[in-house]
Amino acid sequence: MLRDITLGQYYQTKSYIHDLDPRVKLGGTVLYIISLFCFKNYLGYLIAALFLAIVVKLSHVPFRFMVKGMKAILMLLMITVMFNLFLTPGTPVVTLWKLTITAEGVRMALTMMARLTLLVIGSSLMTLTTTPNNLTDGMEKMMSPLKVIKVPVHEVAMMMSIALRFIPILMEETDKIMKAQTARGADFEHGNLLARAKALVPLLVPLFISAFRRANDLAMAMEARCYRGGEGRTKMKPLIYKKKDFLAYAGLVVYMVVSIVVGRLSLG
Amino acid sequence: MSIILDHVNYIYDSNQPTAKKALDDVCLTIPDGQFLGIIGHTGSGKSTLVQHLNGLLKATEGHIYVDGEDIYDKDYDLKKLRSKVGLVFQYPEHQLFEIDVFTDVCFGPKNLGYDRKETELLAFDALQKVGLDKEYYYQSPFELSGGQKRRVAIAGVLAMKPKVLILDEPTAGLDPKGREEILSQVKKLRDESNMTIILVSHSMDDVAEYVDRIIVMNKGHVMYDDVPKEVFRHYEELEQIGLAAPQVTYIMHALAKEGLPVDTDITTIDEAADEIVNALKRSGRKVN
Amino acid sequence: MKIVKARDLVFEYIRRDEEGNVEGISTAVDHVNLDIKQGDFVAILGHNGSGKSTLAKHMNAILYPTEGTIWVDGKDTKDEDVLWDIRQTAGMVFQNPDNQIIGQVVEEDVGFGPENMGVPTKEIWERVEESLRAVGMYEYRKNSPNKLSGGQKQRVSIAGVLAMHPKCIILDEPTAMLDPNGRKEVIRAVRALNEVEGMTVILITHYMEEIIHADRVYVMDSGKIAMEGTPREIFSQVERLKSLRLDVPQVTLLAYELQKRGVKLPNGILTTEELAAAIKAL
Repeated sequence: MLRDITLGQYYQTKSYIHDLDPRVKLGGTVLYIISLFCFKNYLGYLIAALFLAIVVKLSHVPFRFMVKGMKAILMLLMITVMFNLFLTPGTPVVTLWKLTITAEGVRMALTMMARLTLLVIGSSLMTLTTTPNNLTDGMEKMMSPLKVIKVPVHEVAMMMSIALRFIPILMEETDKIMKAQTARGADFEHGNLLARAKALVPLLVPLFISAFRRANDLAMAMEARCYRGGEGRTKMKPLIYKKKDFLAYAGLVVYMVVSIVVGRLSLG
Repeated sequence: MSIILDHVNYIYDSNQPTAKKALDDVCLTIPDGQFLGIIGHTGSGKSTLVQHLNGLLKATEGHIYVDGEDIYDKDYDLKKLRSKVGLVFQYPEHQLFEIDVFTDVCFGPKNLGYDRKETELLAFDALQKVGLDKEYYYQSPFELSGGQKRRVAIAGVLAMKPKVLILDEPTAGLDPKGREEILSQVKKLRDESNMTIILVSHSMDDVAEYVDRIIVMNKGHVMYDDVPKEVFRHYEELEQIGLAAPQVTYIMHALAKEGLPVDTDITTIDEAADEIVNALKRSGRKVN
Repeated sequence: MKIVKARDLVFEYIRRDEEGNVEGISTAVDHVNLDIKQGDFVAILGHNGSGKSTLAKHMNAILYPTEGTIWVDGKDTKDEDVLWDIRQTAGMVFQNPDNQIIGQVVEEDVGFGPENMGVPTKEIWERVEESLRAVGMYEYRKNSPNKLSGGQKQRVSIAGVLAMHPKCIILDEPTAMLDPNGRKEVIRAVRALNEVEGMTVILITHYMEEIIHADRVYVMDSGKIAMEGTPREIFSQVERLKSLRLDVPQVTLLAYELQKRGVKLPNGILTTEELAAAIKAL
């Protein structure tokens, strides 16, 4: 049941990609996605796919984990392809009953498919190789210039990491509460929408009470350990760029330049 | 109402790489009206086992017969099973949700389709059985003490008129006095109603005094299944799997080792005191 | 100097009804005097609702006295300027292991306190290692806290406090939610801290077996200190303890029952070995 949902699909192993600074991976993913929308010809996608293949290889994450991410968006992908295939005006190639497939439609559908696939694999690679915690740290550091305009960057990051720590605990708790109420004859699975919404009350009340109690306890425990906001705090694991991070940035720049230049060539 | 477990196996996350065998070929017969203790440390499978008895978990392999009927039959009514086999979980906080104690206890019978009058009678009866003072009936369940919450949680299940009552760690987090109060209330319940009662615990001290039979769970299988004094004879093996026998057992064994001829099967303080005095007299030492 | 000293400490809280009107005033701590010596293992006993946890929260400046004063390492907890010094001097471990671990990895959680104090990175790592070793959790430093047992989680919490280099550590019912194995684990770790490192330990509990090794025991009842003394002195008053809703270790209880039956045994027997030896000596 709920236990099966795992949040953040981190894949534990040692690799060059795992070791990179989260900022490199965050920035890299964003740039990679931007590049996907710049291409005008298939060569760009070819280079993007090649680049991704190299990164996947370096990450030591089995390819089937990427495919898992694809499964989730399979429906979306199908619909997008269908729409583009049948609804793009242009030179007709085949006509099936009332639907016409055009040459432009085929090209468009292929482009969309390539874009979506690469986008999903690329971003799931980031979550597969970066712990949620590390990701939060990376975001905090990257956003820190925003502190000047009074954006509570540290607080948001702290909230995110606490949420990540407590989500599995609360999920387990939800499971237990559901069982306890089921044992009292509660029915979460049958009935119409209204009945089901009403059935959630015995689940949500204990869950909220517990969550508030935990929040209260945690706040006390944090204060007892001298937590007083981000001011004057040091870091146990500060983010410091190492040589391999600069190397990765260099690789990224090379990719961006090459792929966009080649990808925007107008071929015949 | 008898319950028979026939070669029950349960595997957590059976289709995942993290699969773990939580129950390993468990065969048990629980006859009508027995007071049973299931003992094991955290992760021994004891909680998993009792969740099978009311169909909250479904065995990966094996069968469970309640009153002779296989509960895994297609047309078996699980809701009815849950009214017959009542399970009270460890933390009352996981089930209390209504605005007052009385309404909360009504939740179970209401779900079973009793009309309003019957429901209220059942709730009232259940609250009386757990010995909660009337002044608390219309208070919020969240403002009660730990021991009182526990009573309300038990009443919430009792109101469904179960024939079997399972209590999962009913004393966790209570202070010594609260612990004793709950356990003696359970004993009273059993003496008055002749229900089958299953007490799940990691503490031998809790159950030794009360139960007719002890099942010791370890790594998902039944390690011992016998009357308390037979089980405690294995106190050294129990120690090895992280369960202690009642302290009295250790004392009696220590005394026997020192050459005092005492009966080492004794588990309660009173019996032990009498036995030691007798043994001292028998061995010719002066007692007063 | 006493590490914790309280004089006429009173803590009252106002009970309100649903409309927020004052219903009455409850006294959770009632004129308590305490003197806790540096390096001692002190136990504070009491049933649920006796005021022991409220008292403990004063030692860490989480709660402030309504009347009277409490000094931690000579500092008055009401003085706001020394608040963070006090919290660092007197580290606190709470009851629920899940609700006090902040980090998603064991070592990061232990580093949380030193991070807040502004300890330099290199020193944080040293402190984390030394603290995790002190409670025997070093091998688990890379684990997720969610995968640990209750006893292990509590040991991580203790390490988290140790890493702040406190002078005294207060444990507020650290074993109430654990199974017997977990309880043993935590108590063993706490005793080792006291004996090996000379850390002042203040253990709040309702489990009698856990205080046998304490240097000094306070028993609380309805906000007051009802009994005070060495474990032996406390346990020799079986009837009094029972009237305070507390248990007595079974050995002590048995010795007491034997005395009642006329067997001449010394008062306050605490362990099986002591009882066996005393009976043998008859």
